[in-house]
Amino acid sequence: MNPAYSVIFFTTASGAGYGLLAILGLIGALTGAQLQTLFALIAIALALVLITAGLLSSTFHLGHPERAWRALSQWRTSWLSREGVAAIFTYPPALLFGLVVSGLYTNESLIAPLGFIIAFMAMITVFTTGKIYASLTTIRAWNQPLTVPVYLIFALATGASLMLALLSLFTFNSGLVGPFAMVALLLAALMKILYWRAIDRAPRDRTMAAATGLGDGVRQWETPHTTKNFVQREMGFVVARRHAEKIRRIVLALLIIASLSSAFAGALPALAPLAALASLLAAWAERWLFFAEGEHVVTLFYGNPRT
Amino acid sequence: MTMLPETTEKKLGLVIDLDTCVGCQACATSCKEWNAQGYSAPLEDEDPRGKDPHGPWLNRIHGYEVLDEVREDSRIVHFPRSCLHCETPACVIVCPTGASYKRAEDGIVLVNPDTCIGCKLCSWACPYGAREYDVKEGIMRKCTLCVDRIYNENFAEEDRIPACVRACPTSARHYGDLGDPNSDVSKLVKERGGFDLLPEMGYKPTNKYLPPRKRRDQAEEGREALPKSDRSMVDRLFALADSLLSGKAGPH
Repeated sequence: MNPAYSVIFFTTASGAGYGLLAILGLIGALTGAQLQTLFALIAIALALVLITAGLLSSTFHLGHPERAWRALSQWRTSWLSREGVAAIFTYPPALLFGLVVSGLYTNESLIAPLGFIIAFMAMITVFTTGKIYASLTTIRAWNQPLTVPVYLIFALATGASLMLALLSLFTFNSGLVGPFAMVALLLAALMKILYWRAIDRAPRDRTMAAATGLGDGVRQWETPHTTKNFVQREMGFVVARRHAEKIRRIVLALLIIASLSSAFAGALPALAPLAALASLLAAWAERWLFFAEGEHVVTLFYGNPRT
Repeated sequence: MTMLPETTEKKLGLVIDLDTCVGCQACATSCKEWNAQGYSAPLEDEDPRGKDPHGPWLNRIHGYEVLDEVREDSRIVHFPRSCLHCETPACVIVCPTGASYKRAEDGIVLVNPDTCIGCKLCSWACPYGAREYDVKEGIMRKCTLCVDRIYNENFAEEDRIPACVRACPTSARHYGDLGDPNSDVSKLVKERGGFDLLPEMGYKPTNKYLPPRKRRDQAEEGREALPKSDRSMVDRLFALADSLLSGKAGPH
């Protein structure tokens, strides 16, 4: 699949934003206490800016951005529509939570329930994003049980490392956020290893013979057109195996750097921004590779013997 | 609406004969011509006379070579590929706006050009590459089964068929109701062993493909081999006459 930068930016930026929102919600839910006003405002603003920038980026990627509102209508069948609905429903409680947790509107009894609600809504939204990809049977590398968990853990891990960086900027005690980020980042690395193992082992049992019905002796003789068409441009992109291996190692190295930096950020706060940067780069590279390794069934009609 | 109809009254579709298709591209060009002017928006290409001409076409004709290792021979099969108007189309289910829909009356899968947002997700969901994005219009395009021809009462009866079927010079394309077991297309599918593309993916395509017939020297039944000489007097007389008339040295 063609790794379009707008989609990679959308899923990594909004993923980190929803992760940050979920961590902020959890802090509110567990402590039920107001945070320092400026810190709370910056944290909620950063989360919502990342989410909104991601959503806008994916909207501009549309052929008709002015019709984007129509995408909220088909939530009964479409995961993309459900994602839109979940994203919209997350805004009001997130904004209200921002008001109460920062103390702009004093009502401490609302902090814990709203915290739970926004943490839940943030994860639901990321879940729907993952489902868009995981439900496509045409791309075996996406139609995997680990696709959705990987989306969730990357959102939480990048969100936690962003929260850690914010806490260190304010020279606040990071408490459990450091260990949480460390564990989430390690878990992300572990799940990616399991995911890559799963896609490498998945049987490549869809064949040109089945696609064309012409038997095992079939091979491409002539393409239907002399320049690449939309199908080839959008779905014909496949990364070279050697190149993919290199990027996998880069993703793992970045996740380990981010995890170790998070572990020691309590003692050495300067490590926290490094953890955030490394985790975001890891998410970006991981997402690029997720697209580049997604081999589409339609390639069978264009000379690919099996997928 | 992206909810699929439980059943459709008819299952209109195409039956494509891989035996008689000669790969002339008449169906592809007539499809492009018809759909560039009728229903929906124009079907324009980008850079049409430049170095990289490309754009949405709703019908693509592949060429495959099928090797026969036993006979150390191969044959070329021309393979038209367009929307198969599946009974359970994934492209419709994933559409977030309801622009993609399957008609309850005849099973045709269409895109509403006025509500499509151009998110391209339907093209990812289709295993057959039937949907092509129209950059100029910002919407997804696909075969309409010439919905603006088949019900068009301004047309003579014989023209109320898809443009590709009308254009095919070898009658390799057949149009009809595949939901009716007594229709000509259903009978043809039964008689010739018509098959689905990627049936294991479960989208239940309506369009069917007819396999290439076995070549004369491959066929088990009805084999038309030349009769062999039984070395009788009459046979030898004919062989002599044959060799004299053809100027060859003798019977072989």
